[in-house]
Amino acid sequence: MSEVLARLEELPTSPAEPPPGAIEGRSPWQLAWARLRRDRVAIACAVVIVLITSVAILAPLISLLLGHERDTQYLETGLTAEGLPRGPSAQFLFGTDDLGRDVLVRIAYGAQVSLLAGVVASFVAVFVGVVVGLTAGYFGGALDGFLARFMDVVLSFPFLLFAIALVSIVGPSLRVAIGIIAFFSWAAVGRIVRGQTLSIKEKEYIEAARSLGASDVRIMFVDIFPNLLAPVLVYLTLLIPAAIVFEATLSFLGLGVVPPTPSWGNMLADSLSFYRVAWWFVLLPGAALLTTTLAFNLLGDSIRDAFDPRGERLFRR
Amino acid sequence: MASSALRSEEYDADVLVRVENVVKRFRASGRRPRGRDEVRAVDGVNLDIRRGETLGLVGDTGCGKSTLARCITRLYDLTSGRVVFDGHDISKLSRRRLRPYRLQMQMIFQDPYGSLNPRRRVGSIIGDPFAIHGIAAGAERKRRVQQLMELVGLNPEHYNRFPAEFSGGQRQRIGVARALALNPKLIVCDEPVSALDVSIQAQIINLLHDLQDEFRLTYIFIAHDLLVVRHISDRIAVMYLGKIVELAETEELFARPRHPYTNALLSAIPVIEEDGGGRRQRILLQGDVPSPIDPPGGCSFHPRCPKAQHRCSGEEPPLEVKLSDRPDHVAACHFPVEPGEDLGFTWQRATEP
Repeated sequence: MSEVLARLEELPTSPAEPPPGAIEGRSPWQLAWARLRRDRVAIACAVVIVLITSVAILAPLISLLLGHERDTQYLETGLTAEGLPRGPSAQFLFGTDDLGRDVLVRIAYGAQVSLLAGVVASFVAVFVGVVVGLTAGYFGGALDGFLARFMDVVLSFPFLLFAIALVSIVGPSLRVAIGIIAFFSWAAVGRIVRGQTLSIKEKEYIEAARSLGASDVRIMFVDIFPNLLAPVLVYLTLLIPAAIVFEATLSFLGLGVVPPTPSWGNMLADSLSFYRVAWWFVLLPGAALLTTTLAFNLLGDSIRDAFDPRGERLFRR
Repeated sequence: MASSALRSEEYDADVLVRVENVVKRFRASGRRPRGRDEVRAVDGVNLDIRRGETLGLVGDTGCGKSTLARCITRLYDLTSGRVVFDGHDISKLSRRRLRPYRLQMQMIFQDPYGSLNPRRRVGSIIGDPFAIHGIAAGAERKRRVQQLMELVGLNPEHYNRFPAEFSGGQRQRIGVARALALNPKLIVCDEPVSALDVSIQAQIINLLHDLQDEFRLTYIFIAHDLLVVRHISDRIAVMYLGKIVELAETEELFARPRHPYTNALLSAIPVIEEDGGGRRQRILLQGDVPSPIDPPGGCSFHPRCPKAQHRCSGEEPPLEVKLSDRPDHVAACHFPVEPGEDLGFTWQRATEP
C-alpha cells in the first residue's frame, strides 16, 4: 500500500474538470418547482386558489356589478310571498338567504373572511411554531423539556371548549378567531420543527459552523432553517385549509365573525333551518368552503410530492 | 488579554498549543451507580504542539482522539485541565471571548458529505468565515472565496453550485478552503481522508502538505490509517482509552515502538513483502477495549497486554523516556518493548495471508 501511495503522489493534484456546460446544476427548489409545473392537479388547484382569491379581493366590484349590497335585505325582490328565500334567478344568480340578501355577494365577501383567517392564522402559527421548535430542538436540555411538554399540553387541549369559554369572556370577533386558530395550530408545527432540528443539529456542518465561531442565532437561522423550509412549506399549505375550516367552525357556532358580516361558517349556520326549501342557501357556501379547502389540500400534497427526492407519488394520478 | 498570557518563563515561543492535564468526561446514558456514570473520553492528556509541525493522533475507535481535538478547539468545554493557545489560556473563555481564537484554529471534518450544508451554495459555505467574523462582504467576499477555490484546486466558476454537485474529493477541497479562509495558525484534521477513495486520499494529503508549506500551518492530524499518518506526520501520539500511551517522532516510533499497544497497532499495517511474505507476524490483541466508563486500574492496557505483571494493575505508568531513547520519545509503560523482542509468547498469532 505504501507503494500505491507513492505512485499516487505523481498524479496531478487538481481533479479532472467536467466538460463546461455539460450538466446544469439545479437546486432542490428548482427541481421541486420543475416537478410542480408538470403536475396538472397542482396547476389546476393553483388556478382555483387564484380565482377564489380574486373573488375575495374583487368582492366590492361583484357587489357593484350585481347592484346588490352585502347586508341589504331585498325584502321585495329577494323573498317569496311567504317570506322564504328565492332560488337562483337572473337577478339573484345564487339565490337569496332567509333575510332576502344576495347569496353570491355574501359568498364573495365570506371568501375575504375565510382566506384572511386561514392565511393569517397559518402564518402566525408557522412563525411561532418554527421559532419555538427551533429553540427547543437546538438548545435541548431543560428548555426543550419545558417547551416540548408545553406543546403537548396545547395539543391535548379541548380547543372548542376553550374557544367557547374564551369568546364568552372577550366576545366574538375575527381577531379573536384568528388568535384561537393560531394558538391551537402552532404546536403541531413546533413539534415537526423540533424533531427535524434535533436530527439536523447533530450533522457535521453544524459543528463546522460552530468551529467557525457562528452564534447560536446564526446557526439556527442560516444553517438549520433552510433545511426546514421544505417541510414547513408543505405544512403551511396543509394548515391553511385546516384553518379555514376551523374559522368556519367557529363562525358556525357563533364564535367567529359577528353578523351581519358574512362568513362561510355563519352562512351555513343560518341556512340550516332552510335546507328543505332553499338548497342553494346550504349548498353554495358549503361548495365554496369545500372547493377552497380541497384546492389547498391537493396543492399541499403536490408540493410534498415535488420535494420528495424519490419522486414517487402518494397516490397515482 | 494580559491576564490570560502566561508568565514569560513558562511561555515557549516554539509551542503553538500546550495541552495540560486535559480531562473530558461525558455523562453516560441511563441510570448508573455513582462514580460509574461518566465516560472518561479524555483522561489527563499532556501534549505540546509545535509551530509548523504535523502531529498525528492515532488510536482505536473511541480512544478519545476526536474528543481531544474538540477540546483543543474548544468545541467541547473541558472537564478540567488547560489548553494554552499561542500563549493564551483559552480553556475557560466564554464563547464570545473565544471568537478571536476561532479565527486562528480551524477544523477539517471526516465526512465530506455531512460537513457541508446541502441547502447552501458552495460560495456561501466557503464565505461563511468571512460573514461570521465580518471580514469581507459583497464582491470582495466573492473574490476572496474564488481565490480560495482556486487555491485548493476547485473551479472558481462553480461558486454557485450546491455541495451535491461535487465528488467526495472535491467536497473535501471545499472543506479545506473553508478552513483556510481566515488564515488560521492551527488546522485540526479529523480523519480528513478516511471517507475518500485511496486515489483521492493522496490528492488531499498532497494538497494539505502544499498548503502547510505555503502558509506555515500547524496540523493536528487524526487518522486510524497508520500509513497515511506516517506519510504526513512529523510526530505521532498514540492514544488508548483517553490517554496518550506513546509519543515520538514518526520514524522513531516506527523503528522503536516501546509500548506493547503501539507494537500491536504497527503490526496491523499491511505491507507488501518483497520475499513473498510469511515472516511477519500480526499481533492480534485479545479481548475488546474496556469500557471508558469503568477503565481498568493501573495501566489501562494491562488486561490485554502480553507483558503485564502484577505492578501494571496497581500502578499507572507515567509517560516518560524509556531505555536509551531520545528525550522526545516518551511511552507510558512499566515494561517497554525492546527492539526485536518477541512479543509472541502470549499473543495470538496470525500469519499474513
